[in-house]
This record gives sequence, structure tokens and C-alpha cells, in this order.
Amino acid sequence: MAYGDNEAVRGIDLEVERGEVFAFLGPNGAGKTTTVEILEGYRKRTGGEVSVLGEDPERAGREWRERIGIVLQSSRLDPYLTVRESLALYAGYFRAPRPIDEVIELVGLGGKAEERARRLSGGQQRRLDVGVALVGDPELLFLDEPTTGFDPSARRQFWEVIAGLRDLGKTVFLTTHYMDEAQRLADRVTIIAAGRIAARGTPADLGERERAATTIRYRAEGREVVLETATPVRTLHELTGEALARGEELEGLEVTRPSLEDIYLELTAEAAEELPESPAAEPSEAPEPSEAAK
Amino acid sequence: MRGLALVGHQFRYDQKAFWRNPASVFFTVMFPVIVFLILAVVFNGHTVHVRGGVEATTYYVPAIMTLSIISATMQTLAMTLVIAREDGRLKRTRGTPLPPWVFIAGRVGNSIVVAVMMMVLLAAIGAALYGVAVPWGQLPAILLTLVVGAASFCCLGIAITAAIPSQDAAAAIVNALLLPLYFLSGIFIPEDELPSGVISFADVFPIRHFFDAFFDAYVPAGGSSVSWDNLAVVAIWGVAGLLIAVRYFRWTPRAS
Repeated sequence: MAYGDNEAVRGIDLEVERGEVFAFLGPNGAGKTTTVEILEGYRKRTGGEVSVLGEDPERAGREWRERIGIVLQSSRLDPYLTVRESLALYAGYFRAPRPIDEVIELVGLGGKAEERARRLSGGQQRRLDVGVALVGDPELLFLDEPTTGFDPSARRQFWEVIAGLRDLGKTVFLTTHYMDEAQRLADRVTIIAAGRIAARGTPADLGERERAATTIRYRAEGREVVLETATPVRTLHELTGEALARGEELEGLEVTRPSLEDIYLELTAEAAEELPESPAAEPSEAPEPSEAAK
Repeated sequence: MRGLALVGHQFRYDQKAFWRNPASVFFTVMFPVIVFLILAVVFNGHTVHVRGGVEATTYYVPAIMTLSIISATMQTLAMTLVIAREDGRLKRTRGTPLPPWVFIAGRVGNSIVVAVMMMVLLAAIGAALYGVAVPWGQLPAILLTLVVGAASFCCLGIAITAAIPSQDAAAAIVNALLLPLYFLSGIFIPEDELPSGVISFADVFPIRHFFDAFFDAYVPAGGSSVSWDNLAVVAIWGVAGLLIAVRYFRWTPRAS
């Protein structure tokens, strides 16, 4: 998909299974929003094939919209309507909405039902956003960076709401730039950087593969020694064995495996290097990906 | 059938949001009443030398009704649609099964209902405080003029959103267009005080013609009270607004 002369995303191949929470992870400007807006039918692509719930979003009509729910990256509901009224307003747009009280409970706004949106905290407004996306009882829910700018406790509350959606059997397409969020919520993660796919797998897989390399650090004669090894037990045994034999300590000995955060940063940095002309901050315009969400 | 029910649904919530929003209640409801009372107090007893002489208080009833109708339609629509657009609400609505025309129809319905209420309110205040006769016999002409005017200014309100880049700019742009034209069109300053050059300048724009038509309907000088030629000019502006709106109205935020 091009933005001026830049393609925002290219060669993106995704498959999302029914009933899973799928995280689309990447730094700001990686092309996440562009991709998700193509899937939501807001944007036209310059090439590639897309099928969401069996239809091409560019041509999908009202029937298709009955089956999806959307939480945009930034949007505000009417500040003068209460939680209950906002939900009732959107519920009226759908043929078979979910009961409003149920939705209020689901997003944890039980005590705030009669509060106007403008009096809600940022985290509460975001949960109302999810409620509004849920009230049509969609099969597939898009959440575009839902927790950006949250404090830790608001994020935790929000995560509980998303975990609840999985229990309802909803398919969730979540974009985020927080590794821990993807790790916590997703069944599968795809990492995008500079408009390309950098890695994919379950959160555990992504960790395992890259954690193969363990880093051992210590100081010898005032210099720092850094070893990377795929067989940490053997290497460490040799090192400490030699040190014991010499009757020395290994000063500042440290054995570390990369966190998912490290892996993520490394992967996205690699991808950005491969593409020196990486797209600008907020890419837009049409795409050339090939995606599929069942 | 379902379409109409949906319009009613949308309209109900637009009404709630309108009456709870202090800015819309002040500018659309309170402001015209205050302006009318000030002008009536200041010019009470004066005669405006148009159409053989009209009491100033009688002159200002249709004048401020004109202002109210434009405020309830063009101004309210332009402001609320730009705010909803920049808040991402329009984009969000497009992501639901709601047909776009239903959303617009709800907003237009809201504007027209408020315009009618303001007409009734100002007629009541004029009659109660200053004995300005309510021209019941003119009701068909008044309603026809109202329908053409309200529809045209709704179209213009939707069209103007295309020229408004952000929420902050909305009030400035709309007022910069409307306020001078209210003055030049004889809404605030009686038209016998205005130089003829000013009137002919104002004649290019729809406000002056709508006021003329509304005045003819409300204060008939005998004979025909539907001012077809003025209404035609208003309608031409309305159609132009409609074409611009259809071509340039956008559902996604401009400032993101």
C-alpha cells in the first residue's frame, strides 16, 4: 500500500482463526493501523487479496457490518450521553443486539451505567468503546491500540475485559505496540515492522525460538567478556570449572536470556534496517497486502 | 419502514445530546431570545420604514426567527457534524450497519424540530410582551417558507463542514460567515437604516432572501404572501450546498 511513493505495508500474509485472540504487534508507524483499516473496510488497497468473514471488506455491505465490531485507535463517544444511552444508541443500529445490561457488566461499568461519557476516566471511556463495539454481538472484533496511554491498573482492568471476550468465543484482532499486552492476551502474535512481517507464532514460540541464545557476562582483568551460547549449561560449567581450578571468582557473572521485549525490539530493529526507506509515522492510503481472516 | 424507525431512533438520541449540551442550548435557544429582547427594549416605539411602516417590535419577530432558523439548521449542523467527525464518531458510525443517510436524516430532523420550536417561542414572546400579532392566517405561507429555508440551510451547514479543518475552527468559520451577513441583511439593524449598497451586497447571499421571504410571510403587505422569487434564490443556494455536501462531505477526521 502506497503513501506517496512509500508503501505502507507490503507482502503481509495473515490468517486469523475463528475464536482466537490475534495480536498484531509493532512499533508506531509500522503499518498496523493501515492494515487493520483495510480489514475493517475503511481503506482501499492497491493490491492483494483480503477476505474477512468470507467477504472482501471493500465491497462488503450491511450484512457484513452486522457481524463485526470496531474500536478505533482514537475516537470519543458523545460526551453528553450516558453509558447506557450510548450503548442503546448503537444497539439500535443492529438487528440482533446483545442485552445492554449484559454489555455493561461485561466491560465492568456496572456502577457507571447512568454516568455521562464525559465524566468517565480515560480507561472507563475505552471500556465503553469496547462495549459499543460489542453491543451488536459481533463475531469478530477489531481493537486498534486499545490501551495506549493507560496507567498500569487501567490496562490490567482492560485486559480482563478482553480475556472475557475470548470466553465468549469472539474472534479478536488486536493491534498493539506493547509486547506484554500481546503476550498476556493473544493466542497468536504476528510482529510487523516497517510494513513487513518480522515474526509470527504463539507468544511461547516467539520466546522459545529466540531465547535459544543465552548471554553470559563477566569481567576478566578489568574487561567485560560477553559470550552468546546455545548451550548455556555446558559453557557455564566450563567457565566456572576453569575459574575454580585457578582459584578465582568470575567477577560480575551474569547469565541472561532475552525477554520478549528484547526479542521484539531486536526483530523490529532488524526489519527497519532491511528497509532503509521505512514509511513515515502514520502511513495511510492504499495497500498491497494479502490477508485472510476467516 | 425500518429506515424510518431508525431515523426516529437516531433523532431521539440527537435530541438528548442537543439539550444537554450547554453550547448548543445557549447559542441556538437563549441567544436569539436575548437578542430579541434587547432589540425590542431599545427600539420599542420606533417605526421601521419598510412596506409603509412597521412597528420595530413587529419587525424584529420575523428577523430573529430568521436568525434562529439559520442557527438551528446551518450553524448547529456544521458545528455538531465537525465535532462528531473530528471525535471519530462519524467514522465509527460508518463502521456499523446504520445507513449513512439515516444518520444525516436524524441530525436534520433534530435541526428542523428545534427551528420550529424557536419560531413558536419567539412568536409567543413577541405576542405576550409586545402584542405582536401571531398571523394564524399566514400559517401555510410561513410553513412553506420555513421548509424551503430550513432544508436549504441544512444543506449549506453540511456543505460548510468540508471547509472546516478542525473543531477549534468550527465556531470561528461559521460565525465569521454568518454574523456579518446578519448585520448586512437587516436582521439586527433595521433595513431602512442600511445604505442601498449594503442591501445589494447582502442580496448575493441567501440570508437576506430568506429574511425577505420570511418577513413577507409573517407580516403580509396584502396580496401574495409567498415570496417565490426570494425562495427561489434560497433554494438555489440550498441545491448548491447539497451538491457540495454530496461531493465533499467526509466521515473521517481531518486532523489526524
